[in-house]
Amino acid sequence: MITATTTPAQLKPKDFASDQDVRWCPGCGDYAILKAVQRALAEIGKSPDETVFVSGIGCAARFPYYVTTYGFHTIHGRAPAFATGMKLANPGLDVWVITGDGDGLSIGGNHMLHTLRRNVDLQILLFNNEIYGLTKGQYSPTSKPGTRSPSTPEGSLETPVLPAAFALGAGARFVARSIDTMQPHLVEVLTRAQANRGASFVEIYQNCLVFNDGAHSSFTDKAIASDTQLLLEHGKPLVYGANHTRGLRLKQGSLAFEAVTIGEHGVSTADLVVHDEANLMLATMLAHLRPPEFPVAIGVLFHNPHSSYERAVHDRAAAAGAKPVAQADIGGLLRGGGRTWEVAG
Amino acid sequence: MKELGILTGSREGVWLGTMTRIDRPSSPDARGVLAREVRDSVAIRFAGDSGDGMQLTGSQFTLEAALAGSDLATFPDYPAEIRAPAGTTYGVSAFQIHFGGDVSTAGDDPDVLVALNPAALMVNSGDLRIGGLVVIDTGTFTKRNLSKAGFATNPLEDDTLAPYQLLKLDISQRTRDAVEEFGLSQKEALRCRNMWTLGLMLWMFGQDYEATAEWISRKFAKLPTVAQANVKALHAGHAFGETVEMPSDVVGYTVAKSDVTPGVYRTVTGTEATAWGIIAGARAAALDRIMLGSYPITPASPLLHTLAGLKRYGVITFQAEDEIAAACAAIGASYAGALGVTSSSGPGIALKTEALGLAIATELPLVVIDSQRAGPSTGLPTKTEQSDLFQAVYGRNGDAPLPVIAAATPADCYDVAIEAVRLATKYMTPVMLMIDGYLANAAEPWLLPDADDLPSFPVAFRTDPENFQPFARDPVTLARPWVMPGTPGLAHRIGGLERDGTTGHISYDPDNHERMTEARAAKVRGIANDIPLQETHVGPERGETVVVGWGSTFGPAFQAVKQLREQGHDVSHIHLRYLNPFPRNLGELLAGFQRVLVPEMNTGQLVTMLRSAFLVPAEGLNKVTGKPFKVAEITDAIRKRLEQ
Repeated sequence: MITATTTPAQLKPKDFASDQDVRWCPGCGDYAILKAVQRALAEIGKSPDETVFVSGIGCAARFPYYVTTYGFHTIHGRAPAFATGMKLANPGLDVWVITGDGDGLSIGGNHMLHTLRRNVDLQILLFNNEIYGLTKGQYSPTSKPGTRSPSTPEGSLETPVLPAAFALGAGARFVARSIDTMQPHLVEVLTRAQANRGASFVEIYQNCLVFNDGAHSSFTDKAIASDTQLLLEHGKPLVYGANHTRGLRLKQGSLAFEAVTIGEHGVSTADLVVHDEANLMLATMLAHLRPPEFPVAIGVLFHNPHSSYERAVHDRAAAAGAKPVAQADIGGLLRGGGRTWEVAG
Repeated sequence: MKELGILTGSREGVWLGTMTRIDRPSSPDARGVLAREVRDSVAIRFAGDSGDGMQLTGSQFTLEAALAGSDLATFPDYPAEIRAPAGTTYGVSAFQIHFGGDVSTAGDDPDVLVALNPAALMVNSGDLRIGGLVVIDTGTFTKRNLSKAGFATNPLEDDTLAPYQLLKLDISQRTRDAVEEFGLSQKEALRCRNMWTLGLMLWMFGQDYEATAEWISRKFAKLPTVAQANVKALHAGHAFGETVEMPSDVVGYTVAKSDVTPGVYRTVTGTEATAWGIIAGARAAALDRIMLGSYPITPASPLLHTLAGLKRYGVITFQAEDEIAAACAAIGASYAGALGVTSSSGPGIALKTEALGLAIATELPLVVIDSQRAGPSTGLPTKTEQSDLFQAVYGRNGDAPLPVIAAATPADCYDVAIEAVRLATKYMTPVMLMIDGYLANAAEPWLLPDADDLPSFPVAFRTDPENFQPFARDPVTLARPWVMPGTPGLAHRIGGLERDGTTGHISYDPDNHERMTEARAAKVRGIANDIPLQETHVGPERGETVVVGWGSTFGPAFQAVKQLREQGHDVSHIHLRYLNPFPRNLGELLAGFQRVLVPEMNTGQLVTMLRSAFLVPAEGLNKVTGKPFKVAEITDAIRKRLEQ
């Protein structure tokens, strides 16, 4: 396989910005995500020639056209499958999947499930705006119950899927959350996702200004953000709030969180749960936290690395003595594994 | 009915007349007391319960016949249920082998039917040639089994089998006796029944059994008792034939050997030949890797299994979560510079359709193998049909042409698979390779091609960044360049949205869309200039009647035309490998005949395409019973028309 040999020293975010006009609606959260990705790519420092962006269908899916890497804008919901094929064919490529709540969890939910459980070495960025944007505003699988939309004029009836909980349930080894407007945080999460050798699932809360403005405002509004966001740090207690006085501890005699105030009723920091990225139970509990009772957990919920699928496939091929097809012994192939006989001339 | 040789009790045989001694060169130790009828070819059908191991029995007989130098063709016919309730007619599994001097079909009406239970007799006796031989395991003809098979009375005791010769043996008991020493359970002992039967049939047709004994020992290496019992049963069946005098009306057959080209041979199924052809094709294209994305489906799964065992040749197999992912992963692999391959049957191909459209739009190579089965919907999963031709040629949204080619015989799958890889990589397009359930499972002897004769069509990946445009076309093939991601300086974006004809950027320009639609069509059309001109397979290029076929109807169509020509009729045979585009002289060729007859295992797909493309008065001969054509069905149809 060809890999780029010339990595320009000190790549800058603009080295990843293509010459194509970005056609998202003015004010769309996607702009900020694009910027964060370009920053992360510059920090990671891989050449655009070794990097591929793969997308399905939806607003977010235009993403590959806006970065200078290799890119493949595929069909609705199937980007993880295309990306799996790419990694199997050339494990050296750094492959990013860009998807949305409809693309990745509705039409493509099956591929998401299996790509995560297989642990294909991909960064899967799911832009969650809780709405179908490109088709003009129908409710999506992550829409809150009661969402009024052209297809649900009286409000939606379905229980939404929680993307991070879904990913954990599917067996993902890296599950993180960030928000379109949290630039430095998002860049850091993306950098960590890329460093994980396996399927890295990043849910990005993204605002759709036109069809679902403020879908995440219950925890993204600046005025309340500090009281409604729990910024996770491995090895640190679960603390939030403007003055870092709020925290989460386990309820006595139960496997459930309770929100407490440090310094009240004898609660001290030592009583709080300490974040452990390798703890699946904890990650699952964190994924389900919602306002108003609890803050939304932001950051790396779960990271428990395991060898990636394409690596295991290639290791097995190597163990079988795999050689490039171009060097295949066709005569041996045709004679192998069965009885041959010769008819004399 | 002639009741022949009821072999029961202590009396091992009934001598009923004069036996003719015939030398059996392949087994010098054999007594050869059986009267032997010399035949050009013989068709035997092994039939039993789906748990009786009939496919295996047939395969082993095939191996022995092939090793003995016979030409042959096989027709495995098994139910969709893995283990339907024992003894029922819907659980009957059969394997027909036709072997002899010059064989190109699995045989119209079998000469011999081995029926291991009443249900097998019920389902298959109607197909047997009048005067043919029925071999029965009387041990299974119990009241209960007779009733399960739907016999009101015992057919062994009435006139049901009067038109046939009958050989009744308590094979069950003989098998139990043969393997008694191994202390197997009753059930395990009876599982050796197929090997006992195989031993007897090998003896009857003058075949050896060493290769089978060796195969059994290998297959059951970890279960030595089972291996020994099966080998013992095989020997016992063979020995029974040698030592027991058969009734005079039961003739054995001395079957003509094939007068074949010298060289190294093996038997091959369509599945194996396809797998090897894909590898040979990728080697000819000088690619590093093959990536098969597939999802289990009858009758295509064996291709996934075969390629999964060939990792050392640079093959990666990916059992995807569904048919769509299988196709998408294959396309992703092609995008990354490997040969993407996806395989399925009709319903699965339908699911891959949208992905194929993307491969057409982004102009990436892909080989798609359709092992057709009877449809629509789930249809008859284990029965063969050719009814996906329209789906292959036309079945996508938008104007979305792709080349479609089809294999004629199991061995032909090898060449056609190589050709599929050549077209896919040279023209940057998905290629549909049509086989069917019959071809996938059927076997024939194959003169192995000389590996040095493998064609060479190396892919030239674009590596030069100078003036690179993702959709700049080769002036001759109209193919766009293939670029491996990872190549410095060539990063670019492609996708399903219509793209500019040069840069590949998204383009909503109406004129560009029209130009691109035409360019995609012209590219596929142009393949007609890169494939051989169509010739008749048999017969002159002008005349009264021509039979035009495609796919697995090759064997019966060829035999039918051959027979009619021998009888002095003016009939030619055209067999099409290329179904889209057609060879560029096909219209002219067809116009040279007064009558065009198109036998197809569908309700008239190729015939419609020929009429539409060439305005010829082509007429269909259609069959959708899930079984291949018989030669006689085609000769009868032609004769009827010739007499008009």
